[in-house]
Amino acid sequence: MTLDQDAAVARDAGVGRDARFRSDAESEPPGDRPVSPRARRARFERGRLIALAILAVLALLPFLGMPGWLLFLLTIAFSKGLVVLGVVLLLRGDLVSFGHGLYYAAGAYTVGLLLRAGFPVRDAFPLAVLGGVVAALVAALVGLFLARYRGIFFGMLSTAFSMILYSLLLKLYWVTGGTDGIAVRVPTTLGIQPSADLIRVVQYYFVLAIAAGVAYLAYRVVNSPLGFLMRGINDNEIRVEYMGASVRRAIYQTYVLAGALGGLGGALVAVTVGHIAPDLAYWTASGEFIFIALLGGSGSVFAPFIGATVFEMVRNYAFKLSPYTWQMLLGSVLLVIILFAPGGLWSIIERLTQRAAARRAAAADPGTGAGDDKGRGWALSSKP
Amino acid sequence: MGVVLEAVNVVRHFGAVKACDDLSVQLQEGQTVGIVGPNGSGKTTFVNIVTGYVKPTGGQIRFKGDSIIGLEPRKIANLGITRSFQVPQLYTSLTILENMLIALSIRSKQQWGFWRPLRSAARLEEASRLLADFGFTDGIDHKASTLPEGGRKLLDVALSFALQPTILLLDEPTSGVSVDDKFAVMDTLMGVVKHSAITAVFIEHDMDVVARYADRVLVFSEGTILADGTSAEVFANPAVRTHVLGEGV
Repeated sequence: MTLDQDAAVARDAGVGRDARFRSDAESEPPGDRPVSPRARRARFERGRLIALAILAVLALLPFLGMPGWLLFLLTIAFSKGLVVLGVVLLLRGDLVSFGHGLYYAAGAYTVGLLLRAGFPVRDAFPLAVLGGVVAALVAALVGLFLARYRGIFFGMLSTAFSMILYSLLLKLYWVTGGTDGIAVRVPTTLGIQPSADLIRVVQYYFVLAIAAGVAYLAYRVVNSPLGFLMRGINDNEIRVEYMGASVRRAIYQTYVLAGALGGLGGALVAVTVGHIAPDLAYWTASGEFIFIALLGGSGSVFAPFIGATVFEMVRNYAFKLSPYTWQMLLGSVLLVIILFAPGGLWSIIERLTQRAAARRAAAADPGTGAGDDKGRGWALSSKP
Repeated sequence: MGVVLEAVNVVRHFGAVKACDDLSVQLQEGQTVGIVGPNGSGKTTFVNIVTGYVKPTGGQIRFKGDSIIGLEPRKIANLGITRSFQVPQLYTSLTILENMLIALSIRSKQQWGFWRPLRSAARLEEASRLLADFGFTDGIDHKASTLPEGGRKLLDVALSFALQPTILLLDEPTSGVSVDDKFAVMDTLMGVVKHSAITAVFIEHDMDVVARYADRVLVFSEGTILADGTSAEVFANPAVRTHVLGEGV
């Protein structure tokens, strides 16, 4: 067959310059089905409304007779949620930071040591910001080294750095208080000096406001070019480099951001609990953050906060029910989640909302079978 | 037409295999060059050397007069030499559109931004237009993993093309593509490439494809260039007919 004959066959078959590619929609899992721009906008608006509604409910909790211990538990959960958010940002690039306790402790000890040294500013907000900044600076140093590694090496080296800090916090007892740690007394929160019976409420609102602000910041990050580049790195580092972008720089930037979130979370825990100890940097603390990240999932910026809340609740009740085997109960919960919702708790919420949206679409327009992508196949079709 | 890329006495051996053996060649601006040759003749090694993946043990590669030996692939891409791969390199968990949006954000040096969204109106419009040029009109919100091989190949090329390179190197753009789709892929691809002023170099095993699309054909054999000319010239060359086309063997 000559070339011209080949071309004629190709043209007759409807292929060539006018060929149009369609994806094999049926091979996509339901959760991965494409979203039209209109549906995307509707989903965004719906998400924003849900987020505001959740925030409103959380803001009302202290007025609904919520006991102080539960407010305290939620305050701790939201603070840890911030740390886990940093872990999740890295997980999106397939980087498991098994040493995020380093930044958690760095943030907490920044607050503790500053107050111990007689730092003139004694308000929770600037101290928490300073905790985040110091942790970011530590991450900027450690990240120079870690951004070169992937997989198990990244995970183990990050653990090694956190264990170095743990050892320093233990051994430099004349500065850090050793195993006794440091008592942290922050007199004011945003200029308010609450009475003993209101302190939990004020701390709760303070941490809730910071968590909401940071969740919005994280939302912007995951939808930005850098956020997508991290997902690209997860998929294909070669393609990123051959497009002219530096994989190492993307990882470094995200690592510093994750470190800052870790420090902020640690500083908030220090302010809330009122005491810090070297255990904050111990590897089990880092493991806890990974545990929460898996529990919550990485599908949304809300997932770490949901994961952290469920984790704290389960731990609290597991400890109450079975003080000697509570870890076994906690492990069983994670096992069940991994078995039935590998994408974490957020994937369950996502699945339920998708089903509801599909039902609504079908009810609104039953004739078109809206939301049903079946019947579209991949082919080099004839002219459109 | 000025010279955009010059390889001078490039040497790279892998044990006994001479992938590049004192190889010298010049590529002119705006040319479409086809590279043919048997397996192990050094075609992909040449592309790998030019794009910084493999370092030569000797010789020089100059892009617009400046040496690019020792530069990382990312730096070479930023200078204006991009490539597609024999096995398409895509972001398979992202949609076709998102793949293109990432390429455009990198081209405009906005990949480090963490506040403004990737899906800006201007970027969305340009991505849709570029994808349409490459035949992707419907289903660009589907994941890249759902594409068949021909679609993957085209998207791989489209991502490299979106970076507005001076030289676009295509490593076997039709390998793995069905016979029925081969010319569709090449027609689409070459239609876009020839409308631009870029120098395109493609490695190909199908001589019909080479004959149809290449302005100039380089025939590689044991790390050197056995023949260089138009497709009619090189395919009439007795040495090429024997060593590459396998006639009279």
